[in-house]
Amino acid sequence: MPTADKPAAPQGKTHGYDITDHTFDVVVVGAGGAGLRATVGCAQAGLKTACISKVFPTRSHTVAAQGGISAALGNMGEDDWRFHMYDTVKGSDWLGDQDAIEYLVRNAPAAVYELEHWGVPFSRTEAGKIYQRPFGGMTTQYGKGIAQRTCAAADRTGHAILHTLYGQALRAQTEFFIEYFAIDLMMSEDGRCLGVVALKMDDGTIHRFRSSQTILATGGYGRAYFSATSAHTCTGDGNAMALRAGLPLQDMEFVQFHPTGIYGSGCLITEGSRGEGGYLTNSEGERFMERYAPSAKDLASRDVVSRAMTMEIRDGRGVGKNKDHIYLHLDHLDPKILHERLPGISESARIFAGVDVTREPIPVLPTVHYNMGGIPTNYHGEVLTKKNGDPDTVVPGLMAIGEAACVSVHGANRLGSNSLIDLVVFGRAAGLRCAELVTPGEKQPEITEAQSALALSRLNRYQHANGGTPTAVLRARMQATMQNNCAVFRTGEVLDEGHDAIHAIWGGLPDVQVKDRSLVWNTDLIETLEFDNLIAQAVVTMDSARNRTESRGAHAREDFSERDDKTWMKHTLAWIDDTKRSVSIDYRPVHTYTMSNEIEYIAPKARVY
Amino acid sequence: MAEFNLPKNSRVTEGQRHPVPAGATNTTEFRVYRWNPDDAANPRVDTYTVDRDDCGPMVLDALIWIKNKVDPTLTFRRSCREGICGSCAMNMDGKNGLACTTGIDECGSHKNGKAAKVAIYPLPHMPVIKDLVPDLTRFYAQHASIEPWLKTTTPRPEKEWKQSREDREKLDGLYECILCACCSTSCPSYWWNGDRYLGPAVLLQAYRWLIDSRDEATGDRLDNLEDPFRLYRCHTIMNCANACPKGLNPAKAIAEIEKMMVARQV
Repeated sequence: MPTADKPAAPQGKTHGYDITDHTFDVVVVGAGGAGLRATVGCAQAGLKTACISKVFPTRSHTVAAQGGISAALGNMGEDDWRFHMYDTVKGSDWLGDQDAIEYLVRNAPAAVYELEHWGVPFSRTEAGKIYQRPFGGMTTQYGKGIAQRTCAAADRTGHAILHTLYGQALRAQTEFFIEYFAIDLMMSEDGRCLGVVALKMDDGTIHRFRSSQTILATGGYGRAYFSATSAHTCTGDGNAMALRAGLPLQDMEFVQFHPTGIYGSGCLITEGSRGEGGYLTNSEGERFMERYAPSAKDLASRDVVSRAMTMEIRDGRGVGKNKDHIYLHLDHLDPKILHERLPGISESARIFAGVDVTREPIPVLPTVHYNMGGIPTNYHGEVLTKKNGDPDTVVPGLMAIGEAACVSVHGANRLGSNSLIDLVVFGRAAGLRCAELVTPGEKQPEITEAQSALALSRLNRYQHANGGTPTAVLRARMQATMQNNCAVFRTGEVLDEGHDAIHAIWGGLPDVQVKDRSLVWNTDLIETLEFDNLIAQAVVTMDSARNRTESRGAHAREDFSERDDKTWMKHTLAWIDDTKRSVSIDYRPVHTYTMSNEIEYIAPKARVY
Repeated sequence: MAEFNLPKNSRVTEGQRHPVPAGATNTTEFRVYRWNPDDAANPRVDTYTVDRDDCGPMVLDALIWIKNKVDPTLTFRRSCREGICGSCAMNMDGKNGLACTTGIDECGSHKNGKAAKVAIYPLPHMPVIKDLVPDLTRFYAQHASIEPWLKTTTPRPEKEWKQSREDREKLDGLYECILCACCSTSCPSYWWNGDRYLGPAVLLQAYRWLIDSRDEATGDRLDNLEDPFRLYRCHTIMNCANACPKGLNPAKAIAEIEKMMVARQV
């Protein structure tokens, strides 16, 4: 019988693993900004909470967020949550759910003050308040003025927040399970999530975590692409676990390209650099954004800037030997400002581009950065699926937050600095929901062998994989296909070709080869499990993109260049059949209503910056 | 005179020499520490020849190149690859640093400005889990022991705590720490007394909270450090400042804490 922290008897007859069973009220998978915030919330509510992570918490990719966290504090001038809401809806190209967006922006200021009270070393104004900088798409008076809404700790805001949240998790005496790799969810026959199975990396043992609520906070899957600002560990493990559990992913065709990844290495240069006055130029030295976005210019939304850069390069106005990138200028800014507000990217530009930002421009290129799509949830963090025609059916026992989730507050395109606020607002929301739903120590159903069989058979398969294609080869093929066939601009033809290629790579999985047969820290095996996760998401991304015959936000179809609200103002849902290796697609309506009656639904109109 | 031998299983042996990639003309040799707890074998040093024309400029690029193209069993931590997560801390040609921000040509014996040979070892004096992966459990526990969170007793304001720019500036050079452990594992004093001395990284973190104008637990924090071993084992060797990949100076932070200790006694 599985009991808390007591090694259970069944030496998995079929697979022969050492299995340890744990029981918690809540299990959080992932220890980035969202996961840690939810963990702290659940612990504060008196729930026995575990936080599982494949990396030590401060290694999570939240640490790399630079520019800031948005909240209408009004420290630098006029601001209002209604302006923030309007900007976010417009940024989402009207694919965001407006009830969720209202929840986000109204809870944002309190969430930032909470972080400050917990110790985040925000930069300061002369008056000693939190410093806020301009960011792309952030305006006042519904698009009329430029807002200073993005709260910053120099250009290391994610680092400052993640380390602070880790401190709070220590303070809350969180039970961490660090360097445990989650393999699969345990689901009951009637579709309830019962917990998660994980591999303890330092000894190769299996741990079954039984929980009343399982919260997936596993981040995005940027590494499905060849060039991404994302960390090597951004493999969307939770998204893939949801797919294998028979659940859909939502809006996966919407992949954000950040305008300013360093040419070559893909390392991030914050949008805050343009917020502080930086600008882009082409080979003629022209500030071309003035043509594409006459009002917002370099501070237009990311999808707009990335498309403009791509068009400049296509038209032969790229810079460098191969005319294949763009320059970002900061050399006109006061070196004191650079030192105070942009020290981190000054260092990155030096290390990865050999550039002294006070003298030379940085070579940059639109680079995969963020996944608007993910596991569909409501604004409490509860996972949704479509069942018997009901598009808002809650999956009991399962939640998702952060980049892994699609609430959807970002719709077809996320605004810069709206992701960090998403993490803490919905991390907190998930904690509050758990406090409502879970009674501490409540009885949980027994886990049967069948419920962990999915995880163990999958692990077993890859542990002994003896095919002819190394994981690295399959992964490189996938990354090249996504980069070539599912990029900033898309056409039916290119997506058809991408569909065939990515499905062929998926079909190549049975031939995968894992060489390392050891139990301890087998990263050959871990990278293979991660590849298996990535390829499933790559396939649904490609197929969802091929299916959506319109242009909206980050999804730009050259053969369908207009937004088509009549047919396409709806969320894509995509399921996979992992054995038949097929994808099926359906839809959910966009929530065209707000959370309260303090703001009206913002009706769609042309999106001009 | 007595003679001492190292324990038998601590001897590092010569390992496998992997073939030079066919057709490669621009190469660097990587000699990499390997140890797998699954077998009873001694640690060894394997030799890999990396084709520099097919590989990025950083040490991490070379390790990933080896893992992808030559030997998938090579084991190391990595994540952000841009010097902010602290995962890939290791010892490269005798110097601790992050593999992702250390250029291959910054290390090694040079030939025409290019590294000919680079030695890669795990962070020194930590238990090794496998290959280049050290066990940092104690390091993390020491970090937790300084209670790295803001402590206040005054009722929280409705909005933010006010902090002047001058007070905020005091956190610069401290809050940027990424907990990579490069400094602590370069410190001979920490090698010797790592079980009791907190070491440079953790003391720098301690000072980050001591000097935060918003924090109201200075006395308790100093009490927690007032110990001949926890604090007072810094001998200003300064390896920490040399090793820090973020350009921070932990030794200075330690000196500042010691000054605070003196100041509160007079």
